[in-house]
Amino acid sequence: MQTNTRNVLEVSNLSVAYGKVEALTNASIKVGEGQIVTVIGPNGAGKTTMLSAIIGLLNSKGQVSFDGKLEVVPDVERLVAGGMSLVPEKRELFGEMSVEDNLELGAFHRYRSGDRKYRDTMEEVYDIFPRLRERRVQMAGTLSGGERQMLAVGRALMAKPKLLMLDEPSLGLAPLITREIFRIIAELRRRGVSILLVEQNARAALAVADYAYVLETGSVAMEGPADQLRDDPRVIEAYLGLGGKHQDMLAT
Amino acid sequence: MDLDIALILTQDGITTGAVYALLAIALVLVFAVTRVIFIPQGEYVAYGALTMAMLQQGKVPGTLWLLVAMGAFAALLDGIRVMRGGARSGLAASLGWTVAYPLALAALLYAMPATQSIIVQAALTLAILVPLGPLMYRLAYQPVAEGSVLVLLIVSVAIHVSMVGLGLLFFGAEGSRTPAFSDAQFSVGALAISGQQVWVVVASAALIVGLWLFFDRSLYGKALRATAINRNGARLMGFSPVFAGKLTFVLAAFIGVLSGILIAPLTTIYYDTGFLIGLKGFVAAIIGGLASYPIAAAGALLVGVLESFSSFWASAYKEVFVFTLIIPVLVWRSLTSHHIEEDE
Repeated sequence: MQTNTRNVLEVSNLSVAYGKVEALTNASIKVGEGQIVTVIGPNGAGKTTMLSAIIGLLNSKGQVSFDGKLEVVPDVERLVAGGMSLVPEKRELFGEMSVEDNLELGAFHRYRSGDRKYRDTMEEVYDIFPRLRERRVQMAGTLSGGERQMLAVGRALMAKPKLLMLDEPSLGLAPLITREIFRIIAELRRRGVSILLVEQNARAALAVADYAYVLETGSVAMEGPADQLRDDPRVIEAYLGLGGKHQDMLAT
Repeated sequence: MDLDIALILTQDGITTGAVYALLAIALVLVFAVTRVIFIPQGEYVAYGALTMAMLQQGKVPGTLWLLVAMGAFAALLDGIRVMRGGARSGLAASLGWTVAYPLALAALLYAMPATQSIIVQAALTLAILVPLGPLMYRLAYQPVAEGSVLVLLIVSVAIHVSMVGLGLLFFGAEGSRTPAFSDAQFSVGALAISGQQVWVVVASAALIVGLWLFFDRSLYGKALRATAINRNGARLMGFSPVFAGKLTFVLAAFIGVLSGILIAPLTTIYYDTGFLIGLKGFVAAIIGGLASYPIAAAGALLVGVLESFSSFWASAYKEVFVFTLIIPVLVWRSLTSHHIEEDE
């Protein structure tokens, strides 16, 4: 990671335990301003746990410092108000409300602090996801998987986040839509949003990211610039597969 | 029974039904947002009517001291939280509500000459009682907000019993009836409609429309609905469940107190009358499955009309008829509704 960029997010020695089982052990990661940082790893490595702890949905030990401020006890409402957005793995949409209402609620804390310009942001979101504009009056619960993911990302963007955390954005999506989502992630970086991307689809994640961490059984096993990790034999062996072995397995 | 009597009974039923509708809507709202079955909803009705009556007698109501005491207790809890290293932000605003506001209101009530204006009396009643809602959430429900529905229900029962006891202490055992808002009488055919009945129906309808606009148009209303649909999702939007709970309890207290003020001239209210009124609102809320506002409101009208007809035919059994209604409703609901798994 370049040393001259400011870090939006610095997490050091973050640990989370579910009862006596430690799901995350002393994880330390950094996200520089305007970067895409990805965390890859197998099922149950603690990726979702890490994101939940950073934003304060789970109790944790360790330091989380966001936008230059140290959070003693991360608190969801304060972090969201400060510009952190999480698109959770389960999307957590408001199913019985319209697409437009979902988007509006994404700007809730901006509205609360007196910012009335969220309508402009909504137009930007509709420009990024024209599909959502077509479906604006439809209930969120009736959308297809890809549209739901678009809505979840769009809703997070309504907050104009400094840091966008995406948990498995490609989960359950067809390959073409996955490609579309990753194209949008790259586009968001161009617009200046810093992104922390958690993915199982390591190939796609490493292609788009600047820096990457590999999380295994709750701790950071490897880290480095994404293009270096892409060529690292251990990563190829475990996550990318030789000659797309991984992809072939999926196809059978 | 001839048509005239049926019409009069229907008219009576719609008037009481309108109040039950307000309570039913409040109960559905509180349950949807906080999962609390809000048994003390009826106590707000009785407190509203009796506080209004005391103000009309030129006395300072005891509920004012309840507000001061609950505010002081909430301030104490906030102080302890800050001393243990909690965030200081928002402390000043919260002290304003918990300490400064009740004391200012007390000073105002003592300094102010007794007023005859019903509007001023109603405003004072609301000013004293509505803040009890969020304070009650802060003191009783917030510490156990993540508990099961059963735990929250037991807390509700405890609050209900305490409020009835305090009601006896504040207002005494005698009932009160306040003068009507207007002495107007309208006659339509054989029907004589009193001004107060018009007040009740119009005010209830206006409040229902207001609530509908709030939930459909304003972002705060939408955020409350969002919390009811998906708590975690709402938290991720920066809408805290604590804030949602307090806002809900403000609305519930407002609805309850206003209902009390509206029905106080129609019937004699005792310190423990609220429970039965609240339960009838609850029957209506159950008809709506504790989820649907329009069905709950329609159910409330049904409850009101059923009550007035059964009090004509068999007045000793009128409560029995109303509460028996819940059995066919539950059978019907359990046959028609099917459990829907949460998405994904």
